[in-house]
Amino acid sequence: MTEIIRASAAELAAKIKSRELSSVEVTRAHLDRIASVDTEIHAFLYVDSERALAIAARVDAKISRGEAVGPLAGVPVALKDVFTYAGAPTTCGSKILEGWIPPYTATVAQRLLDADLVILGKTNMDEFAMGSSTENSAYGPTRNPWSLDRIPGGSGGGSAASLAAFEAALAIGTDTGGSIRQPAAMTGTVGVKPTYGGTSRYGLVALASSLDQPGPCARNVGDAALLHAVIAGHDPLDSTSIDAPVPDVVGAARSADVAGMKIGVVSELGGEGYAPGVEQRFTESVELLASLGAEIIEVSCPHFVFALPVYYLILPAESSSNLARFDGMRYGLRVGDDGEGSAEQVMAATREAGFGAEVKRRIIIGTYALSSGYYEAYYGQAQKVRSLIARDFDRAFEVVDVLVSPSAPGTAFKIGEKVDDPLAMYKNDLCTIPSNLAGNTSASFPAGLAPEDGLPVGLQVMAPPLADDRLYRVGAALEQALTSKWDGQLLDQVPELAVLL
Amino acid sequence: MTDLAKGVTVLSYEAAVASFDPVLGLEVHVELNTASKMFCGCSTAFGAEPNTQVCPVCLGLPGSLPVVNARAVESAIRIGLALNCSIAQWCRFSRKNYFYPDMPKNYQISQYDEPIAHDGWTEVVLDGETYRIGIERAHMEEDTGKSMHVGGATGRIHGAAYSLLDYNRSGVPLIEIVTKPIEGTGAKAPEVARAYVSMLRDLLRALDVSNVRMEQGSLRCDANVSLRRAPTDPYGTRSETKNVNSLRSVERAIRYEITRQAAVLSDGGRVVQETRHWHEDSGVTTAGRSKETAEDYRYFPEPDLVPIAPSREWVEELRGTLPEPPAARLHRVTGEWGFTDLELRDVINAGALNAIEATVAAGASPQAARKWWLTEVARRANEAGLDLEDAGVTPQQVAEIQSLVENGTINDRLARQVFDGVIDGEGTPAEVVKRRGLAVVSDDGALREAVDAAIAANPEVADKIRAGKVQAAGALIGAVMKSMRGQADAGRVRELVLERLS
Repeated sequence: MTEIIRASAAELAAKIKSRELSSVEVTRAHLDRIASVDTEIHAFLYVDSERALAIAARVDAKISRGEAVGPLAGVPVALKDVFTYAGAPTTCGSKILEGWIPPYTATVAQRLLDADLVILGKTNMDEFAMGSSTENSAYGPTRNPWSLDRIPGGSGGGSAASLAAFEAALAIGTDTGGSIRQPAAMTGTVGVKPTYGGTSRYGLVALASSLDQPGPCARNVGDAALLHAVIAGHDPLDSTSIDAPVPDVVGAARSADVAGMKIGVVSELGGEGYAPGVEQRFTESVELLASLGAEIIEVSCPHFVFALPVYYLILPAESSSNLARFDGMRYGLRVGDDGEGSAEQVMAATREAGFGAEVKRRIIIGTYALSSGYYEAYYGQAQKVRSLIARDFDRAFEVVDVLVSPSAPGTAFKIGEKVDDPLAMYKNDLCTIPSNLAGNTSASFPAGLAPEDGLPVGLQVMAPPLADDRLYRVGAALEQALTSKWDGQLLDQVPELAVLL
Repeated sequence: MTDLAKGVTVLSYEAAVASFDPVLGLEVHVELNTASKMFCGCSTAFGAEPNTQVCPVCLGLPGSLPVVNARAVESAIRIGLALNCSIAQWCRFSRKNYFYPDMPKNYQISQYDEPIAHDGWTEVVLDGETYRIGIERAHMEEDTGKSMHVGGATGRIHGAAYSLLDYNRSGVPLIEIVTKPIEGTGAKAPEVARAYVSMLRDLLRALDVSNVRMEQGSLRCDANVSLRRAPTDPYGTRSETKNVNSLRSVERAIRYEITRQAAVLSDGGRVVQETRHWHEDSGVTTAGRSKETAEDYRYFPEPDLVPIAPSREWVEELRGTLPEPPAARLHRVTGEWGFTDLELRDVINAGALNAIEATVAAGASPQAARKWWLTEVARRANEAGLDLEDAGVTPQQVAEIQSLVENGTINDRLARQVFDGVIDGEGTPAEVVKRRGLAVVSDDGALREAVDAAIAANPEVADKIRAGKVQAAGALIGAVMKSMRGQADAGRVRELVLERLS
């Protein structure tokens, strides 16, 4: 069983296809792992055991009949609880959606099913993806498998932790300001935010529509590329979906070639406020890439310093509107319906009871930023600065092929440490937010452990829109160099949970 | 109940418009006749079982996303062009944020500062005079669902025990057409407004973009009315009257508002900026939501949709599909029909132009078509409080009735009963004639018997006629017609009476 859960998705798929292993065996091994460790990790909000095993059996049958199957057929995948999957509850980590079972399936989830993957269940997240630690989940925090008193990052802490705890071979996340990349950095895993419009948002419960993007999470670069290829591509149900061929991410991950590539180091994303171990591993990674033939160039993106305030106007504005539909009238929680109050009173009582503090904070900020008389000063101004940040990227990409930075200023902090300090929490996304504002593509790859606390550090790679393949080229090159240096994957160093428990 | 009853001053309409100059602004919502909704594939058919034409998108379920109906954009552009508007080179949808249970996302996808069509004009003709109406904008939006308030006395939310929600209408494509302030119409303001909505209805029907059924809500009018002492004064405070669901109501509601506001102002009072509701039955408006604490809709560009940038080639292609402009059409058909100015004015005022044109197209003579629409149909429509075209008779049926008269199957008097039968749903005119046994009796044998009976029953009258007083024949003819229940050709009866008594 240990061999199965520690195997890569590509290995599992190969063995399932050759019938050395069955998908049912593989699925059961992961379900058993979840049963044994998830009471502590709490990566999952819902485990869809029965249906997962049924899907696995169908895939096995297909393979035994000799039918064509996808490259990840039979491999178990965890789905962030922000996607609809007909028949399974979708809570978005919120009390307000408790008990809601969607009648339809998100495009990303449907593509997993169509490609014969096995959806294990729904993973924990900060409420409506608002947070950087998964502590804002109404259903309790997820713990970091590297150190159980630490956060796994957020909002997609459940997806990242499920990988680091070997509960799933693959996971799907969503990234609005770093919710795939920052948890990847905190857990020593790979997380990719595709180009905005590269993956479908249909069935993804919106946080901020102009920033949200589904993406792959995996334990290694090759697996992430395979998953990326499964979920990406045009979807007519999402008007912001790009109707263009998906870049060859799998080929790029295989080539792992950075010779002659120009890599820009963003001077604004480093220095003061960055942990020494983060800076050290980042610098070493950049040196490694240089040793593989990449040309390293320092690049300035002067407007990146405004990214955080811009983000915290645009995101709350959009989410204040996106979250308006949760009013107790049609689905989910309903409070105060005693036959006495008006519809408005029921809506207010439901929202008061159903939303957590961070969600309310952002709804209030966003409502204010869109109000008549303030719109231009806040939302309007933020959109202008947003375009300046995008222009910084455009100028940088005239000179370099990709940009790099640490994925986050620090390593995983202790559960509870920043929960009462929203600003300190927001700073976790300092490095990742610019790519969401510009709509380009960006990823976090494991760069080693910080010497001071022994916790994972991530290297962020950013590329122009529709150049997602470049991320994989750099990530795979770094991965090869580092695994040969460490004589194995970073996750081989994750403590055995049995010991921690 | 009514503000007039409460007020001290009660003015006549004539007194009101003698002292004040009305300024109007009309907002017309048009439901498009696209097969599917604005942002999803659900059917837009009217009258289905509640909540059977819904999907995750128009129910606003978490995670669902809108996709623009290209046909709706095409209709919007054609409407804009027909109203002489400029068509935006690039425009976006916006979200209008407010909470209401029949709006499943608690925001409406609409257009705010970037309408698809803007700055146009159109013309209406009233009593031979042409009024130019400026068009501010025409923009696209989605309709809301419908609330049904149960348990209250009024059907309004106030006092209701509970409310039922039907989302079949949620997401139906709407075009909102907003006029610029309509000034200089004086006492004719209510009639000009009616003529404008009537013209718009004709235009939209000719464009084939909407069913324009006011009673089904596919054409809805909100009327903004304000008064000022003199045409040179700045605009007064306006009220916005909603729920005006027929052409007749447009005229009546505006007339009422002008009279009401004039009474308030004459008393030294202040018109409150508010939404008012029109009550068809009592003929008054009552105060609704006050707009002085105006709701802040927090408009912002809809991030789930991409901008619309209609190519100039497409716009020109659509321009080529426009029907004849209403004013030009009016000029043409009236020339062909040869009506007198007085007849023409009556036709336009009755809103019968379309109906007559269609009836003529179905084979009736223009004079016959005019006669039926302005007498039999108009009387029934007025009694039922309906617009002419909603009275329950189609132009084809009117033409058929006329042809039954012309071929002698029925006479004018029997035709009235055929109208009754058609309106009561008894079938086509021919079927009504058959079912009610209305055909004129042309069997001379039966007529002769009736004539003989009448002569026998009225010997003195018969004697007078024999003596040469032919004008006395009327009494016998009347008796025969009575005994035949009107189903006889009176001319033939007269011939038979005189023949017998000569």
